[in-house]
Amino acid sequence: MKILVTAKRVPDPEQKVKLKGAVLDVSAVNWQLNQFDEYAVETALRLTENASSTGAGARAPEDQVIVCGIGPKDVQQQLRQTLAMGADKAILVDGADDALDADVVARTLQKIVEKEKPDLVLMGKLAADSESNDAGQRLAGLLGWPQATFACTVEITDGGKALSVGREVDAGMETKKVRLPAVVTVDLRIVAPHAVKNGKTASDHAYAEGPRYASLKGIMAAKKKTIEETTLAALGVTPTLKVKTIALEAPPARKAGIKVQSVEELVQKLHNEAKVL
Amino acid sequence: MGNVLIVVEQAEGQLRTASLSAVTFGKKMAETTGGKLSLLVIGSGVDKVAAEAANLGAADVTFVDDGALKNYLAETYAPIVVKAAQEKGVSVVGVTATAFGKDLMPRVAALLDAGMAADVVAIVAANKFRRPMLAGNVIAEIEVVTPIVCATIRQTEFAPAQAAGAASPVAKMDAGPIDAKGAEFVSLAAAKSDRPELTEAKVVISGGRGMRESKNFDELAKLADLVGGAMGASRAACDAGMVPNDLQVGQTGKVVAPKLYVAVAISGAIQHLAGMKGSKVIVAVNKDPEAPIFQVADYGLVTTWEKALPELMTEIGKLKAAQR
Ligand SMILES: Cc1cc2nc3c(=O)[nH]c(=O)nc-3n(C[C@H](O)[C@H](O)[C@H](O)COP(=O)(O)OP(=O)(O)OC[C@H]3O[C@@H](n4cnc5c(N)ncnc54)[C@H](O)[C@@H]3O)c2cc1C
Repeated sequence: MKILVTAKRVPDPEQKVKLKGAVLDVSAVNWQLNQFDEYAVETALRLTENASSTGAGARAPEDQVIVCGIGPKDVQQQLRQTLAMGADKAILVDGADDALDADVVARTLQKIVEKEKPDLVLMGKLAADSESNDAGQRLAGLLGWPQATFACTVEITDGGKALSVGREVDAGMETKKVRLPAVVTVDLRIVAPHAVKNGKTASDHAYAEGPRYASLKGIMAAKKKTIEETTLAALGVTPTLKVKTIALEAPPARKAGIKVQSVEELVQKLHNEAKVL
Repeated sequence: MGNVLIVVEQAEGQLRTASLSAVTFGKKMAETTGGKLSLLVIGSGVDKVAAEAANLGAADVTFVDDGALKNYLAETYAPIVVKAAQEKGVSVVGVTATAFGKDLMPRVAALLDAGMAADVVAIVAANKFRRPMLAGNVIAEIEVVTPIVCATIRQTEFAPAQAAGAASPVAKMDAGPIDAKGAEFVSLAAAKSDRPELTEAKVVISGGRGMRESKNFDELAKLADLVGGAMGASRAACDAGMVPNDLQVGQTGKVVAPKLYVAVAISGAIQHLAGMKGSKVIVAVNKDPEAPIFQVADYGLVTTWEKALPELMTEIGKLKAAQR
């Protein structure tokens, strides 16, 4: 199975957000791989390797994981990280962060898909900065492929021709089957020990919780792997934005609260002052 | 042009209350554009839902009814939304940002070659909106520059539409060709609960990792029941299997904005705050005085839940008795 995974860089969510006027002050931002994309890379690796017999990382030649990032040159760093985790190849499409919207991203990925012909596109369910939650579904729509969003489990079925995907929906968990090729976007729990089943790795194999760390060997190997570079223009993508960001501002601050000394005081305050009980 | 189409979500022939917020958004948009508001219901055996939607004060209600549409699939529903949008000549297509809306609308937008405003919290103009970013730490004003604007609406920011006087006309629309594109609904494992829905409850009682095990959530449940609230949880509590995943509040879970949010043994990670910061009053119970949750809490109580919960039951019990 050939899998295309997307990788976006986002500001470290733990860092305090700083605005410079109406834009993000990026001077002090620590960029990192969007966590959901990191989970998508982990999912792709788990879908393609046989972890039980030969240890993580062993893949048959027809099983490939290609990672695509769209952004400035610095995104190489995040792409290297995915190569060190075990991806085979990366593609960097040159584009400034503010010259992209979900539509440009989806149309760019569509071109990459036409070129690479993957069986599956795996994406994070959202980017932790824009939080639009839409690029994957847009891509599926453009390609006319089936989609399975918010995946918390995934299993290869029908002799590799389809996936059975557990989706976290409002009411609980939905199971949806998608014929390949398809677009799948992953949720948090996709990196749970038993969330991914590929028919090669023993079905009772328990992965360590979370995405894998790059091993020293992985980091060394990543240095020799290719990052192909291309541009929107070379791919024939017109970078016309459908959605423009006009201004950013800090949300209204919550007024400072107080510490109460006892449950009795708390309940009195909730009743008399806040009037919510 | 200028008309507005809102997709009304239904589950097993029941109109989902979450959709009422999108209807309110639709009314405001129709006022802004000077167009008409149409509602769209899709499914199988949904004539009753359409009739219910007809009470919400829209100009008209369209429903598409087909056995092949019994279970929601983005693949089959999106082209129907597109067809209705084209027939109605709309400039806005909206849906509440539930799991359904978030899955469906971007696909619709792609098919319409339209820009999408995700998780809208306020309308600025016919094509300008405000929406949260970066786990709610930034509010962005965005402009959608395509002739059609697609939008998902944050439920907590638009009051549910109320039943209006006269019923709107209801018409059935043909589904057109239904092609699932190789997608198939298999099953839904839904956790049943008698408590109010998390996203609609006036009070939410949430527990975190500090609750340690599933059975301790029974203590929280008692409190939730006493105040007629819903139960919520942090990711850590869900991941540890203490409660079902659909109780998760936060960036990856549900966004809630009740009158009262009580966070018990939750540290207050930004991803959690992203889902509850809009609550009117926030109470935090945590044994660690330095826990970040206290920075957003209106009332903080530094103690263990073991001590606080029984006392809360007693004190609130007394209050309720006095109110009767
Ligand atoms: C991409 C991503 C998305 C995420 N999305 C979400 C999300 O949607 N929702 C979410 O909640 N998290 C989310 N998280 C996880 C988040 O970062 C935190 O890890 C999580 O919220 C922590 O949960 P917690 O507060 O229950 O646990 P902890 O951080 O471990 O806090 C436990 C708290 O309990 C207190 N405590 C312990 N014992 C007691 C006691 N006896 N009495 C009182 N207090 C006690 C401790 O002092 C502590 O503050 C996400 C993380 C990532 C990386």
